[in-house]
Parts: sequence; C-alpha cells; structure tokens
Amino acid sequence: MSATGIGATVRRKEDQRFITGKGHYTADVNRAGQTHACFVRSPHAHARIKGIDATAASKMPGVVAVLTGADLAVDKLGNLICGWMIHSKDGSAMKMAPHPALAQTKACHVGDPVAVVIAETLAQAKDAAEKVQVDYEVLPAVADPAQAQSAGAAQIHEVAPKNTIYQWQLGDKGKTDAAFQSAAHVTKLDIVNNRLVPNAIEPRAAIGEYDSGTGHFTLWNTTQNPHVARLVIAAFIGMAPEHKLRVIAPDVGGGFGSKIFIYPEEVVALWASKRVGRPVKWVAERVESFLSDAHGRDHVTHAEMAFDRDGKVVGLRARTIANLGAYMSTFSSSVPTYLYATLLSGQYNIPNIYCEVDAVYTNTVPVDAYRGAGRPEATFVVERLVEVAARELSIDPAELRKRNFIHQFPHQTPVILAYDAGDYNASLKKALELADYKGFAKRKRESARDGKLRGIGLSAYIEACGLAPSQAAGSLGAGVGLWESAEVRVNPTGSVEVLTGSHSHGQGHETTFAQLVSERLGIAIDNVSIVHGDTDIVQFGMGTYGSRSGAVGMSAIVKALDKVEAKAKKVASHLLEAAEGDIVFKDGKFTVAGTDRSVPWGDVALNAYTAHKFSGQELEPGLKETSFYDPTNFTFPAGCHVCEVEIDPDTGETEIVNWTAVDDFGVLVNPMIVEGQVHGGITQGVGQALLERAIYDKDGQLVTGSFMDYCMPRAHDVPSFKVGVTVTKCPSNPLGIKGCGEAGAIAAPAAVINAITDAIGSEQIAMPATPQAVWTAIQRGNATRKAAE
Amino acid sequence: MAMVMDGEVQLPAPREVVWAKLNDAEVLKACIPGCESLEKLSETEFQAVAVVKIGPVKAKFKGKVRLSDLDPPNGYRISGEGDGGVAGFAKGGATVALTPKDGTQLSYHVDAQIGGKLAQLGQRLVNGAAKNMADQFFKNFVAAVS
Repeated sequence: MSATGIGATVRRKEDQRFITGKGHYTADVNRAGQTHACFVRSPHAHARIKGIDATAASKMPGVVAVLTGADLAVDKLGNLICGWMIHSKDGSAMKMAPHPALAQTKACHVGDPVAVVIAETLAQAKDAAEKVQVDYEVLPAVADPAQAQSAGAAQIHEVAPKNTIYQWQLGDKGKTDAAFQSAAHVTKLDIVNNRLVPNAIEPRAAIGEYDSGTGHFTLWNTTQNPHVARLVIAAFIGMAPEHKLRVIAPDVGGGFGSKIFIYPEEVVALWASKRVGRPVKWVAERVESFLSDAHGRDHVTHAEMAFDRDGKVVGLRARTIANLGAYMSTFSSSVPTYLYATLLSGQYNIPNIYCEVDAVYTNTVPVDAYRGAGRPEATFVVERLVEVAARELSIDPAELRKRNFIHQFPHQTPVILAYDAGDYNASLKKALELADYKGFAKRKRESARDGKLRGIGLSAYIEACGLAPSQAAGSLGAGVGLWESAEVRVNPTGSVEVLTGSHSHGQGHETTFAQLVSERLGIAIDNVSIVHGDTDIVQFGMGTYGSRSGAVGMSAIVKALDKVEAKAKKVASHLLEAAEGDIVFKDGKFTVAGTDRSVPWGDVALNAYTAHKFSGQELEPGLKETSFYDPTNFTFPAGCHVCEVEIDPDTGETEIVNWTAVDDFGVLVNPMIVEGQVHGGITQGVGQALLERAIYDKDGQLVTGSFMDYCMPRAHDVPSFKVGVTVTKCPSNPLGIKGCGEAGAIAAPAAVINAITDAIGSEQIAMPATPQAVWTAIQRGNATRKAAE
Repeated sequence: MAMVMDGEVQLPAPREVVWAKLNDAEVLKACIPGCESLEKLSETEFQAVAVVKIGPVKAKFKGKVRLSDLDPPNGYRISGEGDGGVAGFAKGGATVALTPKDGTQLSYHVDAQIGGKLAQLGQRLVNGAAKNMADQFFKNFVAAVS
C-alpha cells in the first residue's frame, strides 16, 4: 500500500476549500441579469384552486412576471414522474397521479407550489408573493397513512381509489403461513417507522438560464445526479432536448437522498427563464425545505416472526402501509418495495418470508429515499423481532442471532437477493468484545445503585447496496440502467483528470477516487483531479445514492484505467523498441520484462501525444479512455452495532453511554473517510430513534416545520463511538468494495430501541423515544406491574 | 392545528354597558391589538384588517367577522376567518358570556384553527401569543368601559 493508495488514511483534498469558505455552491452562482423567484405555496393540505388573481402582485415594484399552473399548461410542459414501475398483486400498474410543477386544479399538500413570482430582487419577489390572491375551496384532508384507505378518508387523486397506489407482495404466502401454523413460538410487533425530514445543511437551489441565440438551457442545481435530472427534464417534462440542456451541480452540501429527485422548483426556474428571457434564481429557505423536500420513512407495519422448538426462525411475515405523500416522487415506489421487503431476511437463514405493502397517497409532502431508503425500515422490523423474540424465549439475544446466522455463501434468500459474501459471526463476536458485552450485568448493577436504568441492544443489520445490475433493476421495474461511467484523461505532462458520473456531496470522492488513480498509475495524488457534476463535461453518469459510488463508480474508473494501461503499454513498447507483450507496468514505470530497460509514466504520457515514435496508422495518438461499468450483483455490507443506554426513570431521559460499531464494508479505500461515514450515519439513526419526527396534524398541517419543533441530533446526543471492521471482500467488483454511506443510519434505530426496551422492561415505545415517551412507558409498565401484584 | 383558550375577566361596569361596547365597532377596533380597520357591513358583520405577529411570523390578516347567537345582554359568539397570505390562515371564534357580579364578569372560550406558516413556525408560540393578545384586548376593553 502506498502512502496515498487504496487503504491509506489520506486527508480529504476537498476540505481545504470547504473549511476556508471557498466552496462554490449553487447559491454562490450569480448570472448577469438574473431575476429571483419566490413561490406562492398552499397553506392548505387539500384545496381546490378556484382562481388566482395576480393583478395586484404584477403591479408591485420590480415584478417581472407572475406565473401559475395555467401558464405551465399553455406551454404544454409534462408532469413530474416516478421512474420505477410497481405492479400490484392483481397485476395492475401503480396509480401515478399527474404532478404538475405548479398546481393546476388543486393543491394536495401544505407547501404545494401554486404560483411563482419573478422579480428583480428577492425582497421584491417575496413582497409581491404576499399580494397573489389565491381563491381556495378547502377540502377535507388525510395525513395519516393508516387512515388513508379507510372509507371516510378524503380522496386525493381520481386515478387512485381509496388513495391506494399499489398493493404489492413479495414471497410465498402459502408456504409462509404454513410455517407459522406449525411454529413453536410466534413473536408479533406493531411498528411505526417515524417520518423524517432529511435536512441537508445546504437547502435546495436552482438557477435556470435560457440562451435565445442557441436555444440552449442551463440549469445549476443542487442534485446528486445531474445526468438523471437532465434525462427526466428533457424526456418527461419536455423542456428541451437533452443536447440542448446542460445541468451543472457544483459543490452540493449534503443530500442524503433528498437531492436525487427532480422537483417542481428547478423545472419552474428553467421554464420561467425562457418565459422572462432572463436567468431565474431560487434558493430554498429552511421552511421551504421542510415543506417541499421529499421526506423519508413513514411506514406502519405489523410484523411476525415464527420459531421452531430450537429457536430457529422458520418464517417472517409483514404487512406494511407506506406513505408516499401527495404525489409520487422520482423513485418513491421502489423504496417500500424492492429496497425494503428484499432485506427482510436480514443476516438470517429464514426459509419462508412473505410481505405485503400498500403504498398510499396522503395530503403530505412526497416521501422518497432517505439515507438507507427502505433498508433502515427492514432492519428495524427484523432486528426488533429478533430482540423481542429472544426476550420472550429467554435466550440471550446474541445467541439467538448466532443460531440463525447465514454461514454459507452464496446464499439465496426467499426474497430475491443472493448474498455473495459475509461473516456475520465475526462482526458479532468482535462487536461483543469491543462493547464488553460480558461486563454489562456489572455495569447495570452499578447504574441501578445510582438509581438509573441501564439497557443494551444489538442490531445485526444487512443492506443491499451498489445499486444495481441494470438488467435486474429493469426486471424489477426501474426505468433506468444503474451502471456508472468514467473517463480517465491523461494529460501530456502525465497528470490525470478523471471524469466520473458519480457525484460528491460530502462523500470525499475527490480524495478516494484520486487514491485509486495514484496507486494504479504510481503518480502523486496531487496530480489527479476528479471532475464531476456537469453534463457538458462529464460523458455520462447515474449519480450518487445507495452507497454506490465506491462499488460502482470506482469500478468504472478501474475499467477505464485498464484501458489506459493497455494503451500506454503500446506507447511504451515503441519507446522501448520491445514487444508489447513484454512490457510490465509497475510503480509508475514501464519495464521490458527481465531487463533494466524502462521508461517512466511521464515519458509515456508525453509520447502518447507527441506521437513522434510511432506512426498514426499503427497507433492512435492520445491517452484517454472511457468505460461504462454495470455491476453483476448488489453488494451486501453488514455488521453489528451495540448500543448501551442509561435512563433516568424520574425524567425519562436517555443517555447513550456506549456505542460499538463493527462493520464489514469489504475493502476500505480510506479508513478515515469510512469512519466519518459511520459516525454520521449512526448519528442520523440516533436522531430517528430519539429525537426526530415530522408531525402532520389531522388537517394535514405540518406542525414540525422548523428547527424549533423538529429536533436534529447534535454532538452531545452521541457518545464517542467505538468503531471496528471485519473484512470479507466483495466478490462482484474488481476492488472488493461493498459501500459504507448508509450503514450507520440503517443499523442505529433498532440498536437504540432494543437498548431502551431492555432498560425499561417494556416493548411499548415508539420512535422517537423522547424523555416524555420513555417516562410514560416506564409509568405504564409500573402501573401494569402493580395491577398484577 | 387546533387552538383552545378559556378565560375570565372582571369588568368595572354594568352588564348593559359592557354589552353595548362589545357591539360597538369603534370600541372593538380600538381594543383589538394590531387592528387597522373594522368596517361594519351590517348589524352582525364586520370587515377586519389586523396585523398579527407571532414569533418570526408577522402578517396582515384580512377577513370577515360575524356575530351570532346574540343573547343580549348575556353574550354572543364572535367568529371569523382571516387570510394572512403567505403567513397562512386562521379561523375560529369565541363564545362570550356576561354575568352581573361586582360589575360584570366576562368569560370566554376560544376555539381556532390555524394553518400555513403560522402552524409550522408558530405552533409552540401560538397559545402564548393568543393569551397575550387576549390580555391586551381586555386591558384595553377595561379602559374603554371604565
């Protein structure tokens, strides 16, 4: 391993600019003659738009235009779409309702944009937005997914009777029910996976610009996947053909999934720029983020796990209602189906699994992928069931897990996935050692002496990452391929630019991708630049989500590097006057095998372009190669997290006193960056478990619409983490990488709730386990015990 | 979101005087905090404009105010809907009852719905702000009837 190669802890190259305020975000972009947009948003959860009077607003100072859904219809712009087709049990297609970028006949959630004011300054746009008179006829609303299908619930879209988008199933119902009938023990749980707001530090933003001379559009946008945005806006919205639309995603300050999707605001900014003939800029305020970013989770689930007499799992069944909000967001349909039910086998050998999922519309902001996307929900179901079952069966939770672990690979689960490699015992064992699991009883007694309740909880999670083999994704309904592309461009002086379709919004690609090139070509890491985020510069790409950039994005770079090396060897063979087959490339030098004759990398790069030593007929000048890499399987990161809590029974306050994470991410490119990802992921998961919940009241008003009421985790909410790794190489990609971006958020909620329920001796606690909720659960438990005595 | 508030105020005036003042648009306008105009449309209907500030949200609310369940001089219900533009909306009302006791005792029960930015940002503050506004109103009203 070189000092800057694969496996080295290299400081992040990008941090210099980020920590010195030199990052360049969409909001930092300013175009000559630009105008500013302010959206008029519905204050009602569900209301018919009887009319919009923009007369007074149009006369306000600085106003350039006031545009509504009617104007959008005049220009025949297409609807926003969901790009993953799901079919119901009965074979019918999912019920996708029209989603215009500006509401045309009715508003379907609080914050639904109904008009936009374009003005010279932002202040003028905001002032004029106050003057837009919208005549609403308020309709009954439904916000609770569990209520959405009931007879009396408000009907949101004509295409979806009973607000039902699909009724999907996975697995063998007959075999699973039979397994339950002959089971020795069944554990049952009702679970609400709380609704979350992603809250990236940088709010979404967009600048649209139209060049009337060439007919070209440019969109600066906070997106995790600029090429996907270009494809959707071109092919479905119909704004401009792909070759006349450039999407630029400059530095992006966090996404967590919420910036994958194509949103109304960027479509409107682009469209309006042509309408007004000037660039249009929009930057979300935090309240708009709460009201318009796609939220995450929001599942209501009943789940059961069946065991035989030996404590072996014989079956799992689950029924989930998934809230997709008022409209179907870009990938929303796939999250509670193929990213959820396929993971219900966890790390366990479960012969029979059956899952039903109803996806419903509600009068809330759309719900889509959020860090982990479906897999945290699945892990929560499986790991809560196992933990509760262990308590019911009086078997140590670690032992019950061990008894059911998968040991042989590859392992075909009953829910599509084929796990390729892993060692679940190893991560469990290491986690228990690091957490001093054996010493827990003593620590619990010590806490009891101080009047505190101590609990310990495990979460042995698995995820399917590296999305995904395109053929497999296509067969499951995906509207796109999920390959990645890379171009390696060697300059005459030997430095290298890598053009990648992955997109970095905090992951550190400028460092990790450069480590790969530095090691492979034997050049200094500072001689490598990673270029991403511009559809006019980068050849193609599918973007960054699903922990895919290492496993898929870097594999594409490997493929391109293979081609570069092959071509460079041809150049070297001319320089060294040797047969191409005799050239060996190692440590940045091309050597004739068995001799001391060699040329360094820089000479080969220069000669590839001067082309003085070979004729253009036998070898093309230049050294630049492109590749597309399509993965052959998902990757399966897995591990074991152990959370230990101490609870003050008088206040219900939970303190996380110890956290151990042992993860198997395959080969690590940069252990420091991986550890950072683990820290961030766990903290988000702790946020879900203890603090965060987006609450809509029964009328569909979001009452947690700011950081005053929506509690984000802070440094003092988490302990110093003990982080360890075990390594089984991923067999399906050339670097053996599995991915690490989502693991913490997937593992953490179950670990926290397992620890709290262990401490208080009651399973009746919902997330977030706030002090009030914990205190109430303790009181309820005391009352039940007293009644029993 | 829903908001409910109850209260009692002791007024140093006979019930008939209190009743008359409660039906006097000019008095109400002077007493309602932030009220910019209150035009009488009929004996029981007013057009109102009021500036309301709750936490970070400040907005001019426009709407109709109606008097119903008139039972002179025992009480009435005052209700209305206000549109605060991007700040959101509020609708609801108050039932007011007058009892002759050391002058007049006025008791009220407020029920209201609020939505939009007011609900997102102000929900923790709404009850406190509403109580403040009620206190301010009655302070003014006590002065008006004295």
